[in-house]
Amino acid sequence: MQTRRETLKQSAVVAGLLASAGFPQFAQAAFNKTAFDAKTVQDAVKAAGGGAVAESKDVTITGPDIAENGAVVPLGVSTSLSGVKQLLILVEKNPSTLVALFHVSDAVDANFSTRAKMGQSSDVYAVAIMADGKAFYAKKEVKVTLGGCGG
Amino acid sequence: MADPMRIRAQASGDKATVRVLMSHEMESGQRRDAAGKLVPAWHITEVTAALNGKQVLAAEWGPAVSKNPFLQFAIKGAKAGDKVAITWKDNKGDSRTDEATVS
Repeated sequence: MQTRRETLKQSAVVAGLLASAGFPQFAQAAFNKTAFDAKTVQDAVKAAGGGAVAESKDVTITGPDIAENGAVVPLGVSTSLSGVKQLLILVEKNPSTLVALFHVSDAVDANFSTRAKMGQSSDVYAVAIMADGKAFYAKKEVKVTLGGCGG
Repeated sequence: MADPMRIRAQASGDKATVRVLMSHEMESGQRRDAAGKLVPAWHITEVTAALNGKQVLAAEWGPAVSKNPFLQFAIKGAKAGDKVAITWKDNKGDSRTDEATVS
């Protein structure tokens, strides 16, 4: 027969073991919540490990001038800079600016395309964060006729 | 379990262009249901790609990526016959991996 006190003690030990062993999948899962909660472009870049952003011709953002449907806006980022560590897509006026973050490796081109939701007309940013923490951006205005966040 | 992804990988020159269409609701966490309650966010947080078992790409996604997300990228040095595997994980802990052969 186990007393309540013993049960509690045991569960505390188990919890401790779990905490110290850790969950490998969570240790690997580097979902950067701070960056995705950031409200401004600069905050998101900082949370992703970049410094002050500077405009650069070597970073490009592709997207439509006018998006009819804000729920599906095709956006692409690319850069010709070498030594890029991360490429970010951001929409300035979304509730959280960061849309997607790509970790660039030598095995892939620094060129990604995806589709984003946009709540309203806004500037969209492509930011390249270099290995030394420097951050370069390019921006483009996309007009949205129908918002994609209100549903 | 979510529906399978549609992956197309096409070699051209010394690289292969990979296009992926995932099937996911990508709920933003901003929308309200009929009763006026916020629908909790449910979106893909991580996407990884591997070429012949070796990881080549990792990406983190927020809730602002569209429903049924599309992703296009290019793998250097991939040739016809190589295997490309794409894995995603969402914030509810669900995940899915699909594989395609470069053509």
